[in-house]
Amino acid sequence: MSVHEQHAEDLALYALGALAGDEKTSLEKHLSECGSCRRELEQLRGDAVLLALSTAGPKPPARSKTRLMSALEREPRPQRARLRVPWLAALGWFAAIIILVFGVALWKQNTRLSSTISELSGMLERQRAESEQARKLADLMKAPDAASYVVMPVKMKAPPPPSGKAVYSPSRSGLIFMASNLHSLPAGKAYELWLVPKDGSAPMPAGMFKPDAHGGAMVVNPPLPAGVEAKAFAITVEPEQGSATPTLPIIMIGTGG
Amino acid sequence: MAELYDRYSSVVYAVALRVLGDTSAAEDVLQEIFMQLWRNPGAFDAGRGNLAPWLAVIARNRAVDALRKRRPQVDIEDTVVSVEPDMAAEADRGRIAEKVRAVLKELPPAQRSALEMAYFEGYSHSEIAEKTGEPLGTIKTRIRAGLMQLRKAVEAR
Repeated sequence: MSVHEQHAEDLALYALGALAGDEKTSLEKHLSECGSCRRELEQLRGDAVLLALSTAGPKPPARSKTRLMSALEREPRPQRARLRVPWLAALGWFAAIIILVFGVALWKQNTRLSSTISELSGMLERQRAESEQARKLADLMKAPDAASYVVMPVKMKAPPPPSGKAVYSPSRSGLIFMASNLHSLPAGKAYELWLVPKDGSAPMPAGMFKPDAHGGAMVVNPPLPAGVEAKAFAITVEPEQGSATPTLPIIMIGTGG
Repeated sequence: MAELYDRYSSVVYAVALRVLGDTSAAEDVLQEIFMQLWRNPGAFDAGRGNLAPWLAVIARNRAVDALRKRRPQVDIEDTVVSVEPDMAAEADRGRIAEKVRAVLKELPPAQRSALEMAYFEGYSHSEIAEKTGEPLGTIKTRIRAGLMQLRKAVEAR
């Protein structure tokens, strides 16, 4: 036995509740520090229970039960008049685990569904924007005030000459500009399209663009104030980030017609 | 509660009667214990023992307190009973009780008497020494030897 032999007898007394005085105090101090003596005490208490259970006698008289039941009727109901019986506790844990597992599964499913919904709604939003853009383009092309502007180089060069065509509707402030055969530009430079208002006010920036490998370029619906009548569209070469006023020379210009 | 009473009242009553030797006082202990169980059903921790041994220990403690006319020494929630043999079934308890009674009968009378004075009469070892006129050490040895005999008998069943 791993229990400290010098405490063995006191432990037995202690288990029966028969140890008193200094010996009890000193054993309790030892118990607080010694695991093997605590285990032995537990076992001795189990042995002591055998003594209690060995008692046999007559059953309690019937009046005891009647007395208890009528006393209980006068008692407020306890919050939970049920004993913590192991299988009930196990059932509780089992249920809790099942709920947890289902909960996690539902939460995952919910997360998946939420992300699907947000994907779908993003897709819907993109489609709506695209169809709105298409509708605007179609409207612009069909607009009664839509005029086309042919933009030619100021100084004609050998073919193929750069050319551009702008379709502009003041009422819709819509503009489509397509260019071809544009010359490539040095690094850090870009073409800027200008709307030259009919009322003689300063040219308005109408979009930056760079030609592709074939010299083609396009500007669609740049932000423009509504209702500005255009006298012409012009193109200058500007720093990439764009300018508020055109940097001369104007390399291409075209009037409406 | 009625069901619990039907199943366990005889354990509680038998212990209380054994300690107090008086039916009316034993009934009081029985009443008190079931009332406490009703008021505080969570006091019994099933993870740490069976209900019958636990109630038996509670009954012993309360009855000894009543006998010695002292305030309850151990709260029922602090009463922990851990018993190896499975005593959940009444038949098991009956068999074990039978075995323990047989072992007690076979113990030397002085040993049995020391055990009973300590457990059922609530005497401390020095009180037992005083009453029996035996040295303290002898009482201690007898009590431990008696408990060990009980353990051996139950383990060997």
